[in-house]
Amino acid sequence: MSSLSLPRRSTKPHRAIPRSLQGWLLPIALVVAWELLSRLGLVAPNLLPAPTTVLQTILVIARSGELFRHVGITLYRVVLGFGIGTLVATVLGALTGYSRTAHAYLDPLLQALRNIPSIAWVPLFILWLGIYESSKVTLIAVGVFFPVYLNLMSGIQGVDRKLVEVGKIYRLSQLQLVRRVFLPATLPAYLVGLRNGLGLGWMFVVAAELMGASQGLGYLLIDGQTTGRPAVIIASIVLFALLGKLTDSGLSAVSQRLLYWQDSYGAG
Amino acid sequence: MLSLNRQLPNSLPPYPSTRLPIHPSTRLPAHPPMLHIENVHKQFDNGLLALEGIDLAIKPGEVVSLVGTSGCGKSTLLRIVAGLEFPTLGAALIDGEVITAPHPKVGLIFQEARLMPWLTVAENIQFGLKDLPRLEQQWRTEQVLQKVHLTNFATALPRQLSGGMAQRVAIARALVTQPSILLLDEPFSALDAFTRTQLQDHLLDIWAEDHPTLLLVTHDVEEALVLSDRIIVLRPHPGRIHRELAIELPRPRRRTSLEFQRLKEQLIGELDLTPELDLVKR
Repeated sequence: MSSLSLPRRSTKPHRAIPRSLQGWLLPIALVVAWELLSRLGLVAPNLLPAPTTVLQTILVIARSGELFRHVGITLYRVVLGFGIGTLVATVLGALTGYSRTAHAYLDPLLQALRNIPSIAWVPLFILWLGIYESSKVTLIAVGVFFPVYLNLMSGIQGVDRKLVEVGKIYRLSQLQLVRRVFLPATLPAYLVGLRNGLGLGWMFVVAAELMGASQGLGYLLIDGQTTGRPAVIIASIVLFALLGKLTDSGLSAVSQRLLYWQDSYGAG
Repeated sequence: MLSLNRQLPNSLPPYPSTRLPIHPSTRLPAHPPMLHIENVHKQFDNGLLALEGIDLAIKPGEVVSLVGTSGCGKSTLLRIVAGLEFPTLGAALIDGEVITAPHPKVGLIFQEARLMPWLTVAENIQFGLKDLPRLEQQWRTEQVLQKVHLTNFATALPRQLSGGMAQRVAIARALVTQPSILLLDEPFSALDAFTRTQLQDHLLDIWAEDHPTLLLVTHDVEEALVLSDRIIVLRPHPGRIHRELAIELPRPRRRTSLEFQRLKEQLIGELDLTPELDLVKR
């Protein structure tokens, strides 16, 4: 560049702890403190067992093969519910976002339904669909539906009119306009909707499994409660946290890959 | 050097004043004006009359500027020619055909670059070329990238470009379809003075190569004088053609020349820069 030797600020300032590890500091400190308090007998082990006890419990359930069955069925419900909810939301959101007529007919009803707390559907779903998988998956799908629908619809409506005009100048057909302008322009909002939806999917799988299940992480929660084993309860909570974080990170990674072109502060 | 005409210039051949539709046999084959604007009125939904009785004929290869204070309807007129808006009365015609949709022979450059942020520079330029074979697209893109001096930025994303570079990409995107009419809606007004002057000269170079018809909307008097064969002065409330100035200075024009300064002063006089007081009285 220039031959002037200005003192250049390094783009990566030297930090005592690398940025990627900073987020681990507080959780580790809390776990260590929790372990210490348990070892010192300052918290009752029948209410809050030590982290090592929780870890042992997880290992025991894992060794018996139970863990994979529970995790597997919960994951299956979330994935299926998320898939169905996303599919329906994508079709309806695209329709109401793109067509004013569809919006006028459909959106008021969907907005009204959105205001019903989704858990309130539980008795009706059980009555209609029974206590097995269908009612659970339906509940999760309903939970996933609304954030995806809302984000997609408002995303499409928010597409820059100026870019649409460029498409019109080049005489794109409606279909080409959707594929080449609306789709990429809506992607950021849609991906935010998917991430919100996935979060709600995890929330509703707990609700679904609490209302009556013979397997799944939610069942483990209830099982731990009825048999007085707090370690099992905490173990399932930890597993929920892990799975939720893992799936969200996956989606977030996909988002970043798809949205490489965004000029945003966070992208740095 | 300078001639002042009211309304239509008499140097142009007469044109049938029949409106839509015009039968092909009634077209004038000799030297048909590429672009005709006939008695165009535009009233917006809110009742505002943006344009009233606009008549204009533009010859192939002519450079015409529409100037006027804000609200005079110059941008609306350009959007009507672009096929993005439609007149309430009258018609705009290209080669005798009423414009009912964006015309394949017309390129449009907006005030903002309006690049698709998810496409690279080359992909943005090819945005309007999708019907052509791949090889032809690539060849044309290379040509036009050279024209706007951005060959090294073919794979860059819009967020990596400066304002002036982005606008050059927009120019390239319009040029790559080889339009015979190029419409420009205040294309350089968002840029700094230095870049603006550069791009004006650049536009003239491009024009000198293929001689497309240029219809330019601007509020920059100097820009209009540097570029145009003819300047149409519009006045607002409602938007009407106030005057036409034919600029016969040879190109390239020196912005500092005495004649240039004299014309500039005259044009500013024509613009009537005190419309705000009128508005207050209403």
